[in-house]
Amino acid sequence: MNKQPASQRINNFDEVALGFSEEEALKEARGCLLCKKASCIKGCPVDIDIPGFIKLIKEKKYCEAADKIRDKNNLPAICGRVCPQEDQCERACVLNNKGRPIRIGYLERFVADWDMEHRREMRDEGSVERRALSVERAREDNRTPNASRPTPYALRPTKIAVIGSGPAGLTASADLAKMGYDVTLFEAFHKAGGVLVYGIPEFRLPKSIVAYEVDYVKSLGVAVETDVVVGRTVTIDGLKKEGFQAFFVGTGAGLPHFMGIEGENLNGVYSANEFLTRTNLMKAYLFPGYDTPISVGERIGVIGGGNVAMDSARCAKRLGGKEVVVIYRRTEREMPARIEEVENAKEEGIRFEFLANPTRILGKDGWISGVECIKNTLGEPDGSGRRRPVPIKGSEYMMKLDTLVCAIGQGPNPLLLSTMPELRLTKEGKVDAQQDGAASLGGVFAGGDIVSGDATVIWAMGSAKRAAAAIDLYLKGRKDA
Amino acid sequence: MVMKDENGERIPLTIFDRDEKRGTITIIFQEAGKTTKSLAQLNAGDALIHVTGPLGSPTVIDKAGRIVMAGGGVGIAELVPIARHAKSLGSDLTIIVGARTRDLLILEDELRSLTDRVIVTTDDGSYGEKGLITLPLRRLLEKEKFDLAYCVGPDIMMKNVSLLTEEFKLRTIVSLDANMVDATGMCGTCRVMVGGKTRFACVDGPEFDGHEVDFPEFMLRQKRFVKEEKLALEKFETRCACGKR
Repeated sequence: MNKQPASQRINNFDEVALGFSEEEALKEARGCLLCKKASCIKGCPVDIDIPGFIKLIKEKKYCEAADKIRDKNNLPAICGRVCPQEDQCERACVLNNKGRPIRIGYLERFVADWDMEHRREMRDEGSVERRALSVERAREDNRTPNASRPTPYALRPTKIAVIGSGPAGLTASADLAKMGYDVTLFEAFHKAGGVLVYGIPEFRLPKSIVAYEVDYVKSLGVAVETDVVVGRTVTIDGLKKEGFQAFFVGTGAGLPHFMGIEGENLNGVYSANEFLTRTNLMKAYLFPGYDTPISVGERIGVIGGGNVAMDSARCAKRLGGKEVVVIYRRTEREMPARIEEVENAKEEGIRFEFLANPTRILGKDGWISGVECIKNTLGEPDGSGRRRPVPIKGSEYMMKLDTLVCAIGQGPNPLLLSTMPELRLTKEGKVDAQQDGAASLGGVFAGGDIVSGDATVIWAMGSAKRAAAAIDLYLKGRKDA
Repeated sequence: MVMKDENGERIPLTIFDRDEKRGTITIIFQEAGKTTKSLAQLNAGDALIHVTGPLGSPTVIDKAGRIVMAGGGVGIAELVPIARHAKSLGSDLTIIVGARTRDLLILEDELRSLTDRVIVTTDDGSYGEKGLITLPLRRLLEKEKFDLAYCVGPDIMMKNVSLLTEEFKLRTIVSLDANMVDATGMCGTCRVMVGGKTRFACVDGPEFDGHEVDFPEFMLRQKRFVKEEKLALEKFETRCACGKR
C-alpha cells in the first residue's frame, strides 16, 4: 500500500497510509485461497466472514463486501485502519507458511472506503439510509396503535442507555439498534467517537471517517447525546426514572497514569491523554485557527512503548518538534506498539532510547529542562511474559528536553463508577464483569477498556458485541420487557 | 464547560444561578482572554455550540456555622451561590470582598441581601477600605472566632488568605480555577498537589483545603499557556479592529 513520503508527512496531519487502489485490491483478493475452514475468521475478535467478503471483492461487488463485513463489524473503515491485523486474522492466514498472509486489513479498508464513496448508487438497492428511514418510520408507527407496516427489524420500545461513544459504545449501540431496541448513546465530550476522536491522530484515522461511521450508527436509529457526563450531569438513577431499562458502560480507560517521579507537575509535562486530546479532538495543531493551545518545544521526550506513545511521538514531530525521542524501559522486541506504527515513526525520524527509565524530571522556573534516566538491563520474564527491566545501579544520565509526554498507560475512569457504590469493581477499579459483560448489578453491562484495561479497538468491539447479545437475553428474560 | 463555536476551546465557567422553571442557567465571567472576550460579543438569542455541566464535586459546606467568606474579582460570582447555600443551612456569614477599583466590584447588593456584615476593599481606595482583603480579615480573626473560612478569587488572594488563616488555625476552603480540557478527569491538565497528593481540580475539586494546596506550584502551572493565550488574544483583537473599519 502506498504511503505519504515521510519527508512530506511530518509537515502535515493528513493520512499516512493511502489505501489500496482497485487494481491492488483485486490483485490481493485473487491471492486468497477462500479456505473452507477459514483460520483467519478464528483470528478475528468479531468473527468477520473474511473469505466471504474477499470473494465479493473478486467479483467486484465491493459494496456487498462492505455489507458482509458490517454483518459482524459496524465500523469497517475504522478497523481497516487501526486493527492489529498482524496479530489477528493475518497471523492466522494459512499463506503465512508460503511467504506472506493476505493483507486482510488493507482489503477491509478498501471496501469500506469504496462503499463510502459509492453509497449513492447503492441507495436504491436497500442501503443503509433506506433501512434507517424504515426504522424511523417504524418507530413512529410504534407510537400509533394500529401499526401494521412491515419493518426490517422487530422493534421493541425498551430503552437502553449506552454510556461512552468509543469503539465499545458504538458497537453495542449499533448491535442493539439492529435488534430493534430504542438506544440512546451518551458521550461526555462534544463529539462522539471516544478514543477514536480524542486519541488516535488524524494521520492514522481521519476524523471524517469516524464521523461517517458514527453517522452509520445513527442511521440505525441510535440517538446520540453529546455533552452528557453520566454520573455528573445525569445519574444512572435519573436515567432509570426516564425509563431506561438496561445500561451498557463503555467509559474506557480514561484515567491518565503518571510515573510518580519528581518534577511531573512542571510545565511542559503532559499526560498522553492531554497531549493527544489537545492535538486531535481540539485540533491544537491548527492553533490559533482553533482556540485550544498546545506548547511544544524543540526536544520532546515520550515515555512508553505502546501505540499511544507512537501516536504522541508522531504528533510531536508534526507539531514542530526538531528532535523526538521515545524512551522505553525494555527493548524494541517487547514494545507493545504495532510494528507498522513503529516503522512509520522511524521513517519520520523519531529516535528510540531503549532500556531506559526516567527517574526524575528537572526544571527551571517552573518549566521542564530535562529528564534523568537510568539504564536498564533485561531480567527474568514477568507476569506479562516479557523480560522484566532491571535498573543498572549508578547508570543515571541526563537528557535535555523541552517537553515530556507520559504514555505509560491509562486506568479506568472512576467518574461514573464512583457514583455507583453497589457496583462491584476489580482491585484496579475496573468493572468486574462476566464473560458476557454482565456486571454485578442487574441490568448493567460493561465492555471495552473499562473491563479489560487499555486494549485494542477491536477487542473492545468484540466485548461490546457479546454484551449486546447478553442485554438482549436479559431483557427478553424479563416479564416486563 | 462552555465551548463557543466549532473552533472554540473548552473553558470552565461557574454557574452563578439557575431557574428550573425557565430552564436557564446564569453564568458570570470576566473578559480576560480571547474566548471570554468573544463570548462577550454574543447577543441575546445567540447560541453556544456546547455546554456541559454541572461538573466537579459539589460544595463541601454541609452544616451551619460562623463562616467568613472572602472573594475577589470575578470570584465573587462564585461566592454568591455558596453564600446562599451556607445561609440556607442557617450559617452566620461575614463576607469580605475585594476589587481592583470600584467599577470592577460586582454583585454587592446580592451579598448585602445575604448578611449585614459585608466588608469591601479596593486596591485603589475608590470604594470601601483601601488595600487587600487580608487587612480586614486579619482584624476580624484577631477579634472573633469562626468555624470556617471560604475563599474564591485570584490565585494570589487564595494563597494569602490561606496563609493568614493558617496562623489562626482556621479551616479554609479555596475554589481553584484551573485550566481544563475535558473536565471529566481524563487529561490531568488541571492537576494540583493537595496535601502531597496529585488531585484533579475538575473532578476532585474545584474546592480544596487551602492549607494543603501547593500554591507556588499551582500558580506556576497556571502560566503554562500564557504565550499562546497572548497570541490568540492579539490575533482576535486585530481581527476585531479590522472588522470595525
